[in-house]
Amino acid sequence: MSSIGELRQLARQRRRGGPKQRHPENLAGYVFLAPWLLGVVVFTVGPMIASLLLAFTDYNLLQPPTFSGLDNVVRMISDDRLWNSLRVTLVYVVVGVPLQLALALGVALLLDKGMRGLALYRSVFYLPSLLGGSVAIAILWRQVFGKEGIVNGLLALVGVEGPGWISHPDYALASLIVLHVWTFGSPMIIFLAGLRQIPQMYYEAAQVDGAGTVRRFVSITFPLLTPIIFFNLVLQITFAFQSFTQAYIVSGGTGGPSDSTMFFTLYLYQQAFTELRMGYASAMAWFLLLVIAAFTLANFWFSRFWVFYEEDSGATRGGGRRRKAGAA
Amino acid sequence: MTSVPAARPAPRALPRPRRTTSPVRSVLKHACLVALSLLMVYPLIWLAVSSLKHNEAIFTDLSIFTSDLTLENYVYGWTSQQLPFGRFLLNSTILSLGAIVGNLVSCSLAAYSFARLRFAGRNLYFAIMLGTIMLPFHVVLVPQFIIFRELGWLETFLPLVVPKFLAVDSSFVFLMVQFIRGLPREVFEAARIDGAGHGRIYARITLPLMVPALATTTIFTFIWTWGDFFGPLIYLRTRENFTVSVALKGFVDAQSSSNYGAMFAMSVVSLVPLFFAFLVGQRYLVKGIATTGIK
Repeated sequence: MSSIGELRQLARQRRRGGPKQRHPENLAGYVFLAPWLLGVVVFTVGPMIASLLLAFTDYNLLQPPTFSGLDNVVRMISDDRLWNSLRVTLVYVVVGVPLQLALALGVALLLDKGMRGLALYRSVFYLPSLLGGSVAIAILWRQVFGKEGIVNGLLALVGVEGPGWISHPDYALASLIVLHVWTFGSPMIIFLAGLRQIPQMYYEAAQVDGAGTVRRFVSITFPLLTPIIFFNLVLQITFAFQSFTQAYIVSGGTGGPSDSTMFFTLYLYQQAFTELRMGYASAMAWFLLLVIAAFTLANFWFSRFWVFYEEDSGATRGGGRRRKAGAA
Repeated sequence: MTSVPAARPAPRALPRPRRTTSPVRSVLKHACLVALSLLMVYPLIWLAVSSLKHNEAIFTDLSIFTSDLTLENYVYGWTSQQLPFGRFLLNSTILSLGAIVGNLVSCSLAAYSFARLRFAGRNLYFAIMLGTIMLPFHVVLVPQFIIFRELGWLETFLPLVVPKFLAVDSSFVFLMVQFIRGLPREVFEAARIDGAGHGRIYARITLPLMVPALATTTIFTFIWTWGDFFGPLIYLRTRENFTVSVALKGFVDAQSSSNYGAMFAMSVVSLVPLFFAFLVGQRYLVKGIATTGIK
């Protein structure tokens, strides 16, 4: 079961109430959990509260923070570069993630047939997503999409003179999106695992009923895969919002040309560590959290219209058990 | 979603019904996949080949077929960032090892407790743990930086290693929880009856049984730590402490001198360990992703 599935189940248990539980292993439980608990308090919950407070201060690391009320918020509202960075990030997420997932799903569908060369294809498609976040690949991308890069080399073959993609404000972001799509391998692996979970007998029954390829996809594969598509969507959106390295390296840390690759995270980094506006950066971080949370909530809300959970439908009574087996 | 162990008969073992795919369609499909494969790996091959070309030839001849190869870029690149590149490789290695040990110890402890023990507040903590997988680290960034600054840990590896000993990488806790839950109950019950305490059950039974999950954690931790850029960028600002990824940034900053060959050569050097980890650990990587959706 995915992390999202676990959370759903916890929420459902809570609603149901259930019998009062006994805790015979309190001591051992807390001993084993101690490092994690300490970590959560010191490095997660504590800092979250602290950054929320810092968001209402002026703080440059050198003098102690001074309370500034809603100054940071007011400033954010009128900060054109901030809104631009949000727009750049949104374009990256809203275009990049669906393209990446569509490609991942498409390729996974092509691969899931016990076909020849499956392992090799899977490796080749997966490799880029392992390397994709590294500085070396971002450096490579600078050249691939540079004025004299491979892309323009290919275009020259068909007689088109391409621009310097990376150095042109209209195209720089597009080349970063291509980089994102290039890393479709890891969601593809998740889709492949999901496809394996679909009982073969469904397809056999459908075939007996005379269902064609398209019909089988629409009526069996897609509905049964929707929880996994949903899981991928939520996760990839969350990750994509936090992309940083690619934009930093491709633009040499500036977010240029003309702020066209200025991701929100990059602007936040600049505010915090070059301008030393720690209070402002904290306010930005909380804003980012809210934006991501809004996307996640919207996703959950929309999910009721298109995500199909087997255990919710009365049709498959054995569904719960199969699910257990899947979680093993 | 499926994860690893358990003596579940593989559904694959069943004889598959013969699919009647026409040879034309099969050829077409393979043609598509091969074309896509080439598209995917071409930039990587180009990078590797370009790193072996003379500097002038890199952009005048974009093809990957050439016989005029040289190692001069590697020789020059190795020393071009003031300190020998070996220093940066060493730093990245130390960091990675520290992070791996930290994650293995702390995440397995937490996972054992979540998966096997019943105690007050477990569900709440578990929900928090799952939530932190999705939490953008930026909301803790500034206070963490301040903490480490106050501790005098800037310019040391501690800010990047110590948190790992406190199980901050929730994905791995989750991965291990999933794995432990899948282990046969009888093993634990037998151990209890024999009078083994939780310390023993954890160390003598759980850990040996969860080697696959530990392997997955090791490989992912290595790949993430080795490739991490943001952490080293803010905590390690003097050259002696640079990791490979921050050192590579030096080539981008010095764009005016633009020795592309050297930059490519050192990029390749930085990718080789990742590629190696990929080859060795592919199996575990695939399982890890399928279980938790970590990158």
